[in-house]
Amino acid sequence: MSSSVTPTSKPVKTTGLHVGDAAPGVRKVDPILIADGVRRTFGGLTAVDVEHVEIPRGAITALIGPNGAGKTTFFNLLTGFDKPDTGTWSFDGRSLAHVPAYRVARMGLIRTFQLTKSLALLSVMENMKLGAKNQVGENLFRSLIPSIWRKQDGEIEAKAMELLTRFKLDAKKDDYAASMSGGQRKLLEMARALMSDPTLVMLDEPMAGVNPALKQSLLDHILDLKASGMTVLFVEHDMHMVRHIADWVIVMAEGKVVAEGDPHKVMENPAVIDAYLGAHHDTDLGADSEHVEALKELIDDEQ
Amino acid sequence: MDWGAIFGNAAVELISPTTAAYALAALGLAIHFGYTGLLNFGQAGFMLLGAYGYAIPALKLGWPFWACVLTALAASVIFALILGIPTLRLRADYLAIVTIAAAEVLRLIFTTNEFRAVTGSANGLSEFQVDLLALNPFPPGRYGFGPFVFDNRVWFFLVIAWIVVAIAAVFTWLIMRSPWGRVVKGIREDEDAVRALGKNVYSYKIQSLILGGLLGTLAGILFVLPRAVVPSYFQPTLTFVIYAVLLLGGAATILGPIVGSIVFWVLLSFFSGFVSRAVTAGWFPFMTQVQAGQLRFILVGVAIMLIVVFMPQGLLGNKKELAFVK
Ligand SMILES: Nc1ncnc2c1ncn2[C@@H]1O[C@H](COP(=O)(O)OP(=O)(O)O)[C@@H](O)[C@H]1O
Ligand SMILES: [Mg+2]
Repeated sequence: MSSSVTPTSKPVKTTGLHVGDAAPGVRKVDPILIADGVRRTFGGLTAVDVEHVEIPRGAITALIGPNGAGKTTFFNLLTGFDKPDTGTWSFDGRSLAHVPAYRVARMGLIRTFQLTKSLALLSVMENMKLGAKNQVGENLFRSLIPSIWRKQDGEIEAKAMELLTRFKLDAKKDDYAASMSGGQRKLLEMARALMSDPTLVMLDEPMAGVNPALKQSLLDHILDLKASGMTVLFVEHDMHMVRHIADWVIVMAEGKVVAEGDPHKVMENPAVIDAYLGAHHDTDLGADSEHVEALKELIDDEQ
Repeated sequence: MDWGAIFGNAAVELISPTTAAYALAALGLAIHFGYTGLLNFGQAGFMLLGAYGYAIPALKLGWPFWACVLTALAASVIFALILGIPTLRLRADYLAIVTIAAAEVLRLIFTTNEFRAVTGSANGLSEFQVDLLALNPFPPGRYGFGPFVFDNRVWFFLVIAWIVVAIAAVFTWLIMRSPWGRVVKGIREDEDAVRALGKNVYSYKIQSLILGGLLGTLAGILFVLPRAVVPSYFQPTLTFVIYAVLLLGGAATILGPIVGSIVFWVLLSFFSGFVSRAVTAGWFPFMTQVQAGQLRFILVGVAIMLIVVFMPQGLLGNKKELAFVK
């Protein structure tokens, strides 16, 4: 994962997000999501064991950590796609424990998946329209009478068109999502998530498998989300990218939050270096050597 | 060889009430499988509930026909809820297992002698159409044109059957082009993605199961109107034949199930007439009439295999989709 891509202009970082020292579980000035004692085990393996973590509102937070650290599982737990053994967590002050995934989404917490989930045999436009909230025509009885839903459907289509144009997918609007490249599908999934005007967007490895040209635009889109008032939490392996766009970084290893902080400082934290090198020693995953590479590059970069 | 009779009998299947019933049952499966991706292997069970749900109140309670129809539909909804509530939260295959088993359980309940007084057990029930036939607007007698000569009873059932099919097709078309249909098609593609967009996937799957089941139940009524209700009609093979009809026509289409049913029945009648007369004429000296009766299903099976191999999207399916089938 060579990181030749850098944003065109240097993004404006949000600072002053936390209260006190930047330690794991540090309090935030204005948290949008708070998790406490969230634990998930698979048989004997503890995939997630987060004591306390807060996600700052209105900022871009990166969740990093070696493969198998539990980032995706943590995402699944927070969004109702998986059930923890124990734990409570709240979004915008409302408890999310035992709330089913679709209700979490309706509250304004929208996520994307590490393995892209485009709806292959639906057109790009249909994919987009599915993202809109409160559609009257989604009720079986009302669906029978087009005059009830047609006007709203037109508005949704106009909004979808606007987003597709922004994401440069407008030319493909009538094609099956299946006909698009992996990177375009990532873009579509992100654009679709925006159809519901979420307050918190959680992106699981939005850049994975995306070619450099598209990476650039994805990156700008993520910055746009923040500019339009949304909070972003994203998982990413590309350290350069993290450093460039994230306002805050949370590091997970073996299910736990091991470090938190400003993207420039967190990399110097011995716990972070440990996390990556530790994972590198334990396992022999090719991908992990990438992290170490990236980490070394970054440390060099900082000096 | 009486080719006229062979073609004439085949032509009758173009419009027979049975063709309409199979088309309707397949349309129900199109909602389940073609649009929502639900694997219902118990469509025969929904049809059975239509047949008995109609016949039992008509015969044993003397209820008017509309009350019998409503009874059948209510039974169908309850059956769908029993099948769907525990399984639709689980992986897709669980519904398949539970539906095929539940349909068999129903058939065996209606076959057993325990409930003979109500169900007629293996002999089934007949003469339950009296109330409906009182409304027959066709004057007594046999009439028609070309090969389509039927008595007034058959004409009546035939017209009812195709009107119901037409209404069901328009209904299905309306819901599938709406935002409701969009959600359901999204669920077919990836239910987690749809869930992540704030849709109550479980509720949509149950709605879809109920709707497709209701069409199956109506199909069961249409199927038995021209005949007696016998439990052995509702074997698992009935479900498989209806799947064949659906795949033949095109799984995610409105007219596919109708075209599929017509092609299926016309082919079946044609092969059956041809083989039977060929055996009589001594063309196949190695074969008896009984074997000839089996052969027609083999020929239809081969014909369907050929269509599915060379036209996997079905007669009316969208060829473009094929490029992306995993
Ligand atoms: N459904 C599952 N069953 C068993 N183990 C799982 C399951 N999901 C994740 N895991 C395990 O949990 C750990 C964390 O995985 P994951 O959350 O995918 O990590 P990350 O996204 O940080 O790479 C890994 O060891 C993984 O093998
Ligand atoms: Mg992951």
